[in-house]
Amino acid sequence: MKKTGAQILWECLVKEGVTDIFGYPGGAILPAYDAMLAYPIKHILTRHEQGATHMADGYARATGKVGVAIATSGPGATNMVTGLATAMMDSSPIVCITGQVGSRLIGSDAFQETDITGVTLPVTKHNYLVTKASDVAPAVREAFYLAKNGRPGPVLIDITKDAQQSQAEFDYDAAAPRPHGRPGPPPQEKNFREALALIHAAERPVILAGHGILLGNAMAEFKAFAERTQIPVAMTLLGIGGFPASHTLNLGMMGMHGEAWVNTAIQEADLLIALGMRFDDRVTGTIASYAPNAKKIHVDIDPAEINKNVAVDVGIIGDVRDVLARLLPAIAPGDRGPWLRKIDELKGSTAVRDIKNLDDDGHLYAAHVINDLWRATNGKALVVTDVGQHQMWEAQYYHHDVPRSLITSGGLGTMGFALPAAIGAKIARPNAEVWVVVGDGGFQMTMPELATIVQEGVDINIAIINNGYLGMVRQWQEFFYERRYAATPLLSPDFVKIAEAYGIRGISVRKRDEVVPAVQAARAARETVLIDFAVEQEDTVYPMVPAGAALHQMIRRPSPIAETGADV
Amino acid sequence: MQTTFIVHVEDQPGVLTRVTSLIRRRGFNIESLTVGHTERAGVSRMTIVMDSDERAVPRIEANLYKLVNVISVENITPKSVVFRDLAMIKVAATEATRGPIVQLVGVFRARVVDVAPESLIIEITGSEDKIDGLVEMLRPYGVLEMARTGRVAMARGSNLPTLASAEAEDAAAVEIDSGVSFSV
Repeated sequence: MKKTGAQILWECLVKEGVTDIFGYPGGAILPAYDAMLAYPIKHILTRHEQGATHMADGYARATGKVGVAIATSGPGATNMVTGLATAMMDSSPIVCITGQVGSRLIGSDAFQETDITGVTLPVTKHNYLVTKASDVAPAVREAFYLAKNGRPGPVLIDITKDAQQSQAEFDYDAAAPRPHGRPGPPPQEKNFREALALIHAAERPVILAGHGILLGNAMAEFKAFAERTQIPVAMTLLGIGGFPASHTLNLGMMGMHGEAWVNTAIQEADLLIALGMRFDDRVTGTIASYAPNAKKIHVDIDPAEINKNVAVDVGIIGDVRDVLARLLPAIAPGDRGPWLRKIDELKGSTAVRDIKNLDDDGHLYAAHVINDLWRATNGKALVVTDVGQHQMWEAQYYHHDVPRSLITSGGLGTMGFALPAAIGAKIARPNAEVWVVVGDGGFQMTMPELATIVQEGVDINIAIINNGYLGMVRQWQEFFYERRYAATPLLSPDFVKIAEAYGIRGISVRKRDEVVPAVQAARAARETVLIDFAVEQEDTVYPMVPAGAALHQMIRRPSPIAETGADV
Repeated sequence: MQTTFIVHVEDQPGVLTRVTSLIRRRGFNIESLTVGHTERAGVSRMTIVMDSDERAVPRIEANLYKLVNVISVENITPKSVVFRDLAMIKVAATEATRGPIVQLVGVFRARVVDVAPESLIIEITGSEDKIDGLVEMLRPYGVLEMARTGRVAMARGSNLPTLASAEAEDAAAVEIDSGVSFSV
């Protein structure tokens, strides 16, 4: 049957299972918007196209489904670049659809024309310029296939206005994605044998658990693997939730702001088993001195990751779940008692941070806020963080036992990510208790999405960790630039009044004993509540591996118990 | 270390950009790149010569495979390979120098494809070394202009039982090749 390109687009999206789409209309995408009204897809109008991409990203990370965003040509499309780059770095499956000027106008510098396939080449897994209605269905179907298969990632489809308007024969089945690329991973029998031998021989092994465990839904296999081998687990930021924080084998987060005992264990290990992680510079410290005595096994779905940052002894290409399922039957139960006791000794008093019973010294620390939030939500909330100090405090003080309960921009470190991503996550999982944890800097980058919350009736809660600084940058200035605070003191509006102007309830919190009542009030409300936590201004995230230092050469917490940065 | 990849790609707009953009942003260096049609319709063949350390080679291959339009990637460096480059060289030639230049052309098994009162165009195919050698010899006469295609490569047939016969084959290949030229 003949349909317009715009109709074919929506037909395909419906068949791909899309129920929600985040977007912003404009001239070149108008035919698609007009056709949308006839299809059972809910459109969420954002206040900026960047917001639409982060919402699609949050939607994808909350569920594993493909998130979809739509915008017009030119500025609409270029506003999506940050969201695409964010999704690319964190392997998040999203599809972005943009309108393009008529195919005859391409290259003429027409109104709102941008070569968006050229612009987004390095920040998409693949992209398409579609100039004919008959090419819409194959592009959309392949885009969804690519976004979610293999290593997930963002795909952009740029559709000219005439391709949306003109008609073509629509045959969904004939538009099936073509096979392409490298055939599946080879059997790698030798690699598996070598990996097993290393695992069985290791006395001081550590598992490095990454995002791939969540992306591959390998949680059950992973837990079985860790328990059978009795190997302690260090988490990457994006891996958090893939293995319960409360599990005795879970050491906590590794890396620049990882706990000291985790990084020390990695440095002293004789075997690292990296599963679905990519040895980012934020988790290795300087490569030259990284885990010098450890053999390294690297399992990743992306062959290009093997030996990219760290030279490994055994590389295995494959989905983490498949690889673990194949390893498990051959694994003999292990006993790492002495090694686990050694790590417990490393923890010593640094692990005992009894924040709940800490004396109230009149200061409000972000760590207290996060810890109270964790207790008040029983550790069950879906937390979406922005980027900076609060992000690290969240990772340290909110203990995630559940998969897909922390959504954060790790690789790109995109400030402004949290609020829109949380909106997307809530729309994907309406029954989840969604909390935004965001700094005063990042919040102001995408604050206009408060209007989206109200217009769409979204019920999330927002915790602004407000310290009047671009805190993480200030911290670097404190440590490495002799406290010359160039452009980090930050003036903010009264966030409570801002919230009220949007029709959102706002609460201001300045004291420790106000934290839990405010959180409980927000939880009880059947609508979005914004809480402005005025926290200690010059607080510091500890521990910290300075750039260029070895992983174990950390700036430690000044005191094992107090979570303060005052007068270090 | 020089590594040579034969990459078959879909013959579509923008594919060359995708390949070169990927190589650029991953920080690899292209020494030479040639593209042309193949025996299959809709498929182009790239010969990419890169300067890379050994550890990077599998990653270059894996990265190329991540491009949707890439059909196959083959690292032919370890194989026995025929490399060819084609050059056209315009060299200044007077009545007095034309003779010696044409003699050089004969020695290098190149050919003269254009003669003008003050210059000659010489066409040569062969290994890069051989072409470099001719260019060096011509330089004193005045090289006015030069165009080179860059390296194209093809793995030899696999039925080469011994090293000795491979060497003989190599010598023969040079011999045969020098006599065969592209059309004028």
